[in-house]
Order: sequence, then structure tokens, then C-alpha cells
Amino acid sequence: MANLTSTFVGIKSPNPFWLASAPPTDKAYNVERAFKAGWGGVVWKTLGEAGPPVVNVNGPRYGAIWGADRRLLGLNNIELITDRPLEVNLREIKQVKRDWPDRAMVVSLMVPCNEAAWKAILPLVEETGADGIELNCGCPHGMSERGMGAAVGQNPDLIEQITRWCKQTTRMPVIVKLTPNITDVRKPAEAALKGGADAVSLINTINSITSVNLDNFAPEPTIDGKGAHGGYCGPAVKPIALNMVAEIARSPETAGLPISGIGGVTTWRDAAEFLALGAGNVQVCTAAMTYGFGIIKELNAGLSLWMDQKGLTSMDQVVGRAVPNLSDWQHLNLNYVTKAKIDQDLCIQCGRCFAACEDTSHQAIAMSEGRVFTVKDDECVACNLCVNVCPVEDCITMERMQPGTVDPRTGTVVPAEHGDWTRHPNNPMASAAE
Amino acid sequence: MIHSPQTDGVAPARLDPETLAAHFDDLYPDFDPHEARVAADRCYFCFDAPCVTACPTDIDIPLFIRQIQAGMPDAAARTILSQNILGSMCARVCPTETLCEGACVRQIAEGNPVEIGRLQRYATDQLLLVNDHPFERAAETGKRIAVIGAGPAGLACAHRLAMKGHSVTIHDSQSKPGGLNEYGIAAYKAANGIAQAEVDWLMGIGGIRIETGSTLGDTVTLDDLKRDHDAVFLGMGLGGVNALKIPGADLDGVRDAVDFIAELRQSDDLSALPVGRHVVVIGGGMTAVDAAVQSRLLGAEHVTIVYRRGREAMSASDYELDHAATEGVKIITDAMPVALQGDGAVTGVDFAYTRSGPDGLEKTGQGFVLKADQVFKAIGQTLDRAPAHLDLSGGKIAVSATGRTSLAGIWAGGDCATGGEDLTVTAVQQGRDAAEDIHASLTGAAG
Repeated sequence: MANLTSTFVGIKSPNPFWLASAPPTDKAYNVERAFKAGWGGVVWKTLGEAGPPVVNVNGPRYGAIWGADRRLLGLNNIELITDRPLEVNLREIKQVKRDWPDRAMVVSLMVPCNEAAWKAILPLVEETGADGIELNCGCPHGMSERGMGAAVGQNPDLIEQITRWCKQTTRMPVIVKLTPNITDVRKPAEAALKGGADAVSLINTINSITSVNLDNFAPEPTIDGKGAHGGYCGPAVKPIALNMVAEIARSPETAGLPISGIGGVTTWRDAAEFLALGAGNVQVCTAAMTYGFGIIKELNAGLSLWMDQKGLTSMDQVVGRAVPNLSDWQHLNLNYVTKAKIDQDLCIQCGRCFAACEDTSHQAIAMSEGRVFTVKDDECVACNLCVNVCPVEDCITMERMQPGTVDPRTGTVVPAEHGDWTRHPNNPMASAAE
Repeated sequence: MIHSPQTDGVAPARLDPETLAAHFDDLYPDFDPHEARVAADRCYFCFDAPCVTACPTDIDIPLFIRQIQAGMPDAAARTILSQNILGSMCARVCPTETLCEGACVRQIAEGNPVEIGRLQRYATDQLLLVNDHPFERAAETGKRIAVIGAGPAGLACAHRLAMKGHSVTIHDSQSKPGGLNEYGIAAYKAANGIAQAEVDWLMGIGGIRIETGSTLGDTVTLDDLKRDHDAVFLGMGLGGVNALKIPGADLDGVRDAVDFIAELRQSDDLSALPVGRHVVVIGGGMTAVDAAVQSRLLGAEHVTIVYRRGREAMSASDYELDHAATEGVKIITDAMPVALQGDGAVTGVDFAYTRSGPDGLEKTGQGFVLKADQVFKAIGQTLDRAPAHLDLSGGKIAVSATGRTSLAGIWAGGDCATGGEDLTVTAVQQGRDAAEDIHASLTGAAG
């Protein structure tokens, strides 16, 4: 059976699933329940500096979008960092780490952007026996208005600065949590690395408004008739998170920088995809907030069985396995020619492929007597839209044209060799073929 | 409860009032908004959708389902009602498994179609319940049209004509409008007075007057109507019933299923309605099923439908027959009645087994006797008192695709006319299309 044991920046956990810094990890009660359920570790909900704790709104703090059967697809929140006293959190962190020594205990931190504030809190955390810290440079609402969270994460110089302060002060590994609300996520990652970070974690939540109440014309969730943007998470953000993780994983500037992947992980498959694109482990929040801690059983069992089926025995055989296959568009093989093919036995004659292709694409599907839908190879550009809109899995497939055959759309022979934009005659910047 | 299902003879109150009330409640309660959105989400919004092709009234089904999915059932109702003004009753009585749902690509793919009928009911009931009539009547044209029959064909015709600004007078021989929706459908399919509510709502268009208790040939004549109106639409349905031409047909306890169904529908005290212990229903259509199932629901102990041909020839749908079987109705096919037994009151029915022979149906020589204290005849209805000078075809008024009869200025539709399948939905379509043709001919408008 596959070994799910994970070691991330020296922090060991029995599986690669940590609960992200968020409401599920705000106190000992929840975290102990999570550990009992089988979670590999937690990032304790963000602590602020000593003194009066932050306050939260007393109206709704979450908004959501749903699929037809109320499946939660995206969640948005305007909750701040922990609103419990620092000393209570520290006491509970210490107690839980003592009682659950085999689980990862990482503490998320967010204090004002000055050296003294950071240097004041680090010894307190260190004293709990926690395994590491995560610098919250991503919270996009409330705290960012006070110059913290995403306000730091959107300024690479500040990221580098606070990372350096932490590395100078503590023995604990430092993970820098990045905001996606930025143009190029590689820049803050580079800054974290320059500051000495042991790892980055991403993504934090995305600036969002989930809905507008059309009776009182206020964004939701609505507090006394007003709304503020929140941070978006859950299944809907996974594609964005995957790309950002992969961008850092394949960038030469940050190559080898460990990444804790976050963003919409709901099933083992999501986790496997993050791992394959370079995440050393994953953090989960929305799925647990939607279904409770019990989902860890599915995550562990699914990942383990998939690894067994693939003959993979340890995490290091999974992590980054798909990164070499992530490329730039300009290097994609333009001589790879495919055509859509409709399996008439599987086709249920709904005509969605026809409507999509006829109305919005290349008029490459014919509809004939008896609702028979067929692909016109001389028009098909292989865009894949028909595959995506077809309600029947594997009914429409993309079949590769063998080199040497003639593409009826272009009338040219499909070349055997790779040919991409960098060498294409239409590219004024093309370099001559060697 | 005075009697029980085991009481011999024809007796009322075989079940207690609570059980009776439950038995005759809505067969399928309405979707709630969440259920409707989940059901609507299953629709693929097919291109040139087969369900629309299968609908006699051409309702844009994918559109109305999408409107439900988008949280706007009122818009969905308008989509439905603009094609089929009796969309609420049709949602209840249409044989959807042979029409829209039978054509649904998910039926073909999974044997589990989008629940189009229930979704249509969800959308249309909303408007009915608040009696919100969404259509506006055009300016008064001064044209007057007479409609015979306030059933689905007549109502659909009248509404479309009124909407176009014409004035319509409907004559109906019954005391309430609605036709078969009010008198000819099982009670559990039209619970809570929905048929009358639909007529009331439909009348919200204005410009329609209904004269009940007014019968063509008695209180009015076709000549009078022609003289006083710009056009006449005949939608009086099939008022006659086929006779059972075997010995004993006049025994007590032998009656027409349509009368029993109508009496039950109009009853305000089901405990007072008598039903036999051993009920035999002769026929193979929806009327036979409705009479049989409702006999069981009233407390009859043994109910048997006997049909002279095979099950595949029965005009009742598989869905209806399965429902009957679930309710404990026994279905015997390939047997025909040869005599009714009894002295004064019926006590049994002699049946002969049948098979197809070179000259049609023939007896096999074997047979059986069913005990019976009540026998319902459901062997078909006929056009009663057809006006003179109208061409008939197959016992019905011959009409063109747009409902024109052989006489100028007279249109016809619904069960009394040729075409269609004697379904509520085809009656609506014929009434509507005749109205369009009447309007075109009165105003000179194209098509």
C-alpha cells in the first residue's frame, strides 16, 4: 500500500492533508476533532499581535454559489483573523501539539508590518512546540485595509522583509502564504524565497462578490444593507489555484521552493492534481467546512488507492510529476492534428454539439435525418468544445490524424515532426529550423 | 363507515372518510421550488428538441424548463400557456410517457426522462393559484364567434379568439364548464378543483361569455348561431356511448363508465357514492382505467378490467395500466363479454377468450365467468346528434388541418372532429389552430 507519510519543510505528518488556516482550525476543540478524524496536520487560524483581539461582523460572514442541487461550488467570506485572545490560542496550540505529537502543527501569523511586532510574537509561538509558522500575506478583506494580509502580499518588498525578520528570529520553518489577487504570482514567491522562506503556500482567497440581492440591491452577504468584497474559495477556484501553483513550480527562479497547495481541494483527485503540479502537500478548508472532517477518509483512501493503481509508493514519486509537461503555448506542437469523432452508439441525439459548433464555433458538425450528428473533418479545427458540452462522457473523442495523412481542412499532409510557433512561417520572430 | 370492502352488492361507505379523502387526493403533489430546480437542471436544452416535436401544442419545452432552472417559473408559465392555454390540466392528464417524456433524449439514454409534465404543472400552477392572467386582449374587433362546448377544444379556441379581440359566446350542455377536464377525468388527477380554477383563470382574458345548460339542437341551433355570429366552432366532444349488445345489458348494476366517473368527480361526499364488491370494467382505454382504479379507491374488493384484444392494443398507456395494477386492479386481456348474468341485478359476466383470426377477432372456444355486482362499460364514445349537412368521416366531423368543416363559417375540433388522438392536448391544439384560422378568415390576415 502506498505510503502517504508526508515530510514538508521537515515537518512530518501521517498524510499530506492539512487543514488550512481558517475557522476549522481556530481552537483546540475543532483541531482535536480533526486529528481524531485523521487529518495529517493543521495550520492554526491566524494569530494577531497581543492585546485586544480583532472583532468580526455580527451579521452573515459567508456567501456562496451553488449548483442546482445546492452543491456548494464556491464560498466567500469576510471573516477576519482569530478573534480569541492570543494567550488562549497559544495555550491550546501547546496542549494540542503535546497530545498529538505525530501531527503537523503550523501556526498562521499576521502582525503589523514592523520588525518589532514580528519579533515579539515569534518566541511565544516557538514556546508552544509548534512545528512551523505560516505568514498570512493573503487575507484580502478587512485586515488588508489595515496594511496587513493581502496588503503585504501584494508588495514583494514587504514579503521579503517580513520573511527575513522571521527567519532571523526563529528556528521554525517559515511558510509564506500568498494572495492570488496579484498580476504575476511568481514575483511574491521570488520575494519570499529571497527573504529566506522555507516554502510558500497558495492560494489564499480571491477578491469576490458572490451575489447581489435584487430586492434591496446590496451585495451579499449583506450587513445592514451594505456588503463588502470577500475572499472566494472552494471548488470554483481550483483551476486558478492549480495554475498559480504550477507557475511557481516550473519557474527557474523558484525551482525547488516547496509549495503547499491550497484552493478548492475537495476529493483525492484534486489533491493528486495539486501534488502532480508541484505541491508538496495540500491544505483543505472549504470541503471540510461543507461536509465536516469526515471527508479525510475519502481523501486518504482515494489517494492511496490511486497511487497503488499507478504503482506509486511514496509522496515524492507524485510531487511535481506533471510539472515537466507544463509548457508555454508557443512550444505546443502545431503538427499535432486531431478531429472530433462522435460515437453513434453512445450519442443520445441531444444536439448540443451541433448547437455549440454551429452557433459559436466552426460549423463542423452536420445534423442529418433522424438526428444523426457527424463531424465534418474538412471544417473541424479540433477545438474540443463539442467534447466539453456533450452530456455523455467519451461520446465525442479527439482522434489524432496520423502523420502522412492529409488534413481535409487544410489539404496539407500532417507532418511527423514537431512544429511550433517559434518556427512557424507566420511568426515574424521565428528562428530558422536547425 | 357503514360497510366494508367485503359487503356484498353495490354499497356506499366501504372505507372511512379519512381513507377516502387520502385515496382521492392529488396523485403527485406539486414540486417544491428546490425539487423543480433540480428536476429542471436535468434538461439538456437539446437543439431542435425532440420533446417539442412530440408535443401536439408545440410548447417550447427546453425554454420553459430553462426558465424554471433560472428561478423564473412565471416566465416558464407564459412560455407554456402561450402555446397551450390549458397547460395546467394537460400537465396532469397528458400521456407524457408517449409524448414529450417519451421523446426525451434522457428517456432514450437512461430510461429516465426529464419530468416535463411535473415541471409544466409546477410552472403553470403558480399563475393559477394567484389567478394571474398573463395575456392581454387586443382591441375589440366587433366580430362575434359562437363556440359549442366548454371543453378543452372550445376553451382553447375561445381564449385565442378573445385574445385577438373577438367576442365569444360558449354554449355548454353541462352545468359547469370544463368538459372532460371537469367530468371525464379521475378525481385524483384533478384534485382541489383545479379544472374549475383553470377555467376561471382562463376567463381572465375577458371577452368570453359561457352559457351553461345550453345544448346544440335543443336550446340553440346551428342555423341560429350562423345567423347571429361571424363564425362557429364546434367542440362538443363525444356525447354518446357505444352500447353493449349482449344479453343482460339492461340489468341493474350495469352502467356507463363515463357516468360513474362524472358522478364521482361531482360528488362532495365520497362516502355516499355506492360501488360494488365485485366490479368488472369492460374496455381498454383511459376511461376503463379511471373507472377501475376509482372503484378500488372507493373500496371495491375485486376490480377487473377485461379487454377483448391484447395489452398492446389497449389505448390506455403503460403508465396508466401500471398504476391500475399497483392499485390492485386485475387486468385480463383477449377476452370479450358474451352475456351478463343476473335476475334483476347483475351477478356475473360470461367471457369468451379471443384471438385474431383471418376475419378479425374470433372466439377460442374457452371462457370464464367473473362474479360481478357492478359492471362498467367503457367501450368507446360516439358523436351524439351531429348537426345535419356536415360531412362526417369515421363517425366524426370531417375537418381540415385548421379545423374547417364542409360548411363555410363552421369550424370544429377536439374529440368530435377528425384528427388528433382524443387527447386533451390535441383538443387544445385543434381549438387553438381553428381560432387562428377563424381570425385569419375574419380579418383577412395571412395564416
